[in-house]
Amino acid sequence: MSKNLRVKTSKFIDETYRVSFKFNGSKYFGYKGDTLASALLANDIHLVGRSFKYHRPRGIMTSGSEEPNAIVQLHNNSERTEPNVRATEVEIYEGLEASSQNCWPSVNFDIGGINNLLSPLLPAGFYYKTFMWPASFWEKYEYFIRKSAGLGKSPTKADPDIYEHEYIHCDVLIVGAGISGIMAAKTAAKNGLKTLLVDEKPNLGGSTVYQNSEHFKINNQNSGSWLEKEINEIKKIDNLDIRIRTSVAAFHGYNFLLARENLTDHLPIEQRKNKTRQKLLKIRAKKVITATGSLERPLIFDNNDRPGILLSSAIKRYADLFGVACGEKNIFLTNNDSAYETAISLIQKGIKVEAIVDNREEIESKLLYEIEKNNVKVYKGFTIVNTNGYKKINKVSLMKLSKDGQKVIGSKIDLSCDCLGVSGGWTPAVHLFTQSGGKLKFREEDQVFIPNKYSSEQISIGACNGDLTLEDIIENTPKYLKEFLNIKKTDYDNVEVFSDENKSKRNIWLLPSDKILGKTKSFVDYQNDATAKDIKLALREGFRSIEHVKRYTTTGMGTDQGKLGNMHALGIISETAGTKMGEHGTTTFRPPYTPLTFGTIVGRNVGEYFDIFRKTPMHEWHLKNKAEFENVGQWKRAWYYPKNNENMFEAVQRESKAARESVGILDASTLGKIDIQGTDASEFLNRVYTNAWSKLAVGKCRYGLMLNEDGMVYDDGVTTRLGENHYIMTTTTGGAANVLGKLEDYLQTEWPELDVYLTSVTDHFATISVCGPNSKKIISNVIPDLDLSDENFPHMSFKNTKIGKINCRVMRISFTGEHSYEINIQANYANSVWEKCMEVGKDFNITPYGTETMHLLRAEKGFIIVGQDTDATMTPIDLQMDWIVSKKKYDFIGKRSLYRSDTIKDDRKQLVGLLTDNPNEILEEGAQIVADVNKSPIEMLGHVTSSYYSPNLKKSIALGVVRGGKNMIGKKLIIPMENKTINVTVTDSVFLDKENKRLNA
Amino acid sequence: MFIINCPFCGEREQSEFKAGGEAHIERPKQPTELSDDEWAEYLFMRKNIKGIQFERWNHIHGCRKWFNMVRDTSNDEIKAIYKMGEKPPVK
Ligand SMILES: [Zn+2]
Repeated sequence: MSKNLRVKTSKFIDETYRVSFKFNGSKYFGYKGDTLASALLANDIHLVGRSFKYHRPRGIMTSGSEEPNAIVQLHNNSERTEPNVRATEVEIYEGLEASSQNCWPSVNFDIGGINNLLSPLLPAGFYYKTFMWPASFWEKYEYFIRKSAGLGKSPTKADPDIYEHEYIHCDVLIVGAGISGIMAAKTAAKNGLKTLLVDEKPNLGGSTVYQNSEHFKINNQNSGSWLEKEINEIKKIDNLDIRIRTSVAAFHGYNFLLARENLTDHLPIEQRKNKTRQKLLKIRAKKVITATGSLERPLIFDNNDRPGILLSSAIKRYADLFGVACGEKNIFLTNNDSAYETAISLIQKGIKVEAIVDNREEIESKLLYEIEKNNVKVYKGFTIVNTNGYKKINKVSLMKLSKDGQKVIGSKIDLSCDCLGVSGGWTPAVHLFTQSGGKLKFREEDQVFIPNKYSSEQISIGACNGDLTLEDIIENTPKYLKEFLNIKKTDYDNVEVFSDENKSKRNIWLLPSDKILGKTKSFVDYQNDATAKDIKLALREGFRSIEHVKRYTTTGMGTDQGKLGNMHALGIISETAGTKMGEHGTTTFRPPYTPLTFGTIVGRNVGEYFDIFRKTPMHEWHLKNKAEFENVGQWKRAWYYPKNNENMFEAVQRESKAARESVGILDASTLGKIDIQGTDASEFLNRVYTNAWSKLAVGKCRYGLMLNEDGMVYDDGVTTRLGENHYIMTTTTGGAANVLGKLEDYLQTEWPELDVYLTSVTDHFATISVCGPNSKKIISNVIPDLDLSDENFPHMSFKNTKIGKINCRVMRISFTGEHSYEINIQANYANSVWEKCMEVGKDFNITPYGTETMHLLRAEKGFIIVGQDTDATMTPIDLQMDWIVSKKKYDFIGKRSLYRSDTIKDDRKQLVGLLTDNPNEILEEGAQIVADVNKSPIEMLGHVTSSYYSPNLKKSIALGVVRGGKNMIGKKLIIPMENKTINVTVTDSVFLDKENKRLNA
Repeated sequence: MFIINCPFCGEREQSEFKAGGEAHIERPKQPTELSDDEWAEYLFMRKNIKGIQFERWNHIHGCRKWFNMVRDTSNDEIKAIYKMGEKPPVK
């Protein structure tokens, strides 16, 4: 039966509101206001998890977001399960279920704990050294490591919660609502600035708000009461937006910050329905005030990781804020005054303090005197060399420190205890400051890094700026605020402060032991099980940069980013290497400060909004007619229309035959369309296409190929001259936006003298392509007034006409080699025209076809698809399209590159046709092409780019790029496949109707 | 995430812009007169400086205008912004 360690009523806990929750399957009670950690401690539970590498029992160490050990899984196996949550941050609610991670089968009996016994075999770099060779074994190792490591379980069901993004623009953002943050918020807001104050905790006031000691006073009140009044005041200020449970994840350049606001995680699950769970705040602040406080440092000694060993400040917070005693026989190990504050707080509440072990030899402190008055033994100049107790600490061993602090001397003293508080002084929380690009400096006197150079309009104030005592905060903060906010006075200019704390400190990064280092387990990074020994080993093996040591030992690479132990790692490195602190770098703290859920990151961009798609005006029709769709750029394009359980191959064969035998209809609306106007429009086209445009008559269409400046094919399409100074250009579906961007770039930057205007009209017009020997009959029916005779409307020309009262443009152009028309009409009329074509086409078996059939039909004619038959390494010459490259034009984009020494080589890959010896064998697109399979290594000549079975030619056809292919017509080549080789013959790339008879049929 | 002062629209978020590489590389007026090496110099060679760099930017999700920027790539400080065709206001 567990004990109740709730000792004293705290005003921050609602003891009238009992909350039940489950931990590892057992039911417990806490109160509203508890965190999971405080509620567990109140139930005398310290052991909450196992460490990552050695599976050592671990307990709650801290009371905040820096917690390395007490990492739990919430609501295991449910849709809301979440791994790697810090028990110190979870607010309990009715029905909360939490379980330990990193342990199997249970936290009390863990098979991986055997690693602890094997630990001499698991030094730093163990994983790198052992698992790298042979590489083929990695799969097996990985399985073993993952199973025994288990960093929690990710959810397998869809997340039922709602997440949002919110943009906030403010004059001043204050990060952290401790005493200095509150002072800053009130000062900024009272001066009329739009102010935002955020804090990760559910309540404001940081650690001062529960400070009710006689030893710390502001304006003659204890500091907690004074701050509470300030908090009540700022809550009434209109232009101050306060967000609690809001953790800043990232501080980017130009004062752009990301924060996660938790809105429902503290509520019982049934109350969360239809509410936003978390918000990602995207904050742009003119000025940023960082007031993130400081983190207490642990101390590094043998077995410093047992359950029941906590930071001294955490013990104080559990006692003062939650009314919970972490133990009934408390001992402290300290090198500064902070532990005395905690001890006094415990004594006031009737919690027993056995002893204080202080590294300092001589101590001048009023706090010490009060402790001694209470008959608590203080061991001055002592340190702890070992601890005992497997699942919870039960004993500590002390020894006297030598004068230089490098050794222990004398005999060992054993003291029994059930809780050990450690205090190694304070580390300013400079994480966000360094994320923003700020540079640190090292302050020798108390061995801390503090902000030195800011990268934007920002300051750090309070403890995160190195003002670690109440006196310094009250004295310095108003000065900093006045200068930064450019104001004359603050409410705090004449505040009186009184503190009994003494600043003295005896900093020893690695406390000495009576054992040799190799026999100790002095943890520096608790979550990743990196010890002082590991760091020294890394240095012995030649690593110097902190970034290298970090990766080799995994120090600071857990989900907590080593918030507790990084300073000690740096300290041990500099001591061992004999260098100055920071000389080997300080580790970079990367966003996010605490882990973010994927839900917060994606916000509302889930489901159909994850990657929005574009639909043509005929989309509903395609859906109704059972089209399968293909993604092209952001478009959904009809791919093929299966009938009566046809598979794709069968559908495409049917569609392809119908288009050549009677008539097919294609939705070509996705092609990019750019309206080009201006007196220099023709000259402009001359410069951007490889062929000549000046002589194109009004009413005529021309195919154009566009290159990059490096001579490689970039895009293609048909452009029509609508008027003297007016063209409409079509581009590939995927290339539309880039082509427009490229053309605008040249117009604005290289040729600003040209009178040309470009407008994208892709979405404004829909395009219906009707092709096949009966296409003329369809069009004459749909547009009876249009004279379709070859004389009036020949191939490669266009007409302005009307369908009913609606203007449209009809082009007689063809991508299939068939007689065909493209109707371009305002998008909102397109579906009715499409349906009309279908209606009048009934008698001709009009067959809708999708992109796959389009690809097959054009391949029969040897027409290329940019991006399929080309890959940014193909020139028009490589494509055997010399005919489209003007010899007369002085210049066009890419022209000069066509005769670089590299592009004029004969043995470049060139586009050719490929026919399989067996006409029923269909090649795989992407398959390699070789000449000789017996050569070793086999020389790759190229690859297959397009391949189909042609129902019209009744044989397999393919296009491919082959090194020197131009001169290989008739030659036999080989396609080696996994289980066979396929023999092919190189041919011309036009397979059907070389004479273009069908165009005019 | 910069705030970029588009010379045509004013201050906007970086997400509205596209970077367009090094500035002041003019397309040769007579490419045919150039040797392979000279053409390659124009086509391929870019500086990628740590420090003060002259770059092209495009307000692609705004006015779609191109302009020039002087930026210190070591700390992302934008030193100046000026229109196409104008001389850089700083060195
Ligand atoms: Zn603009």
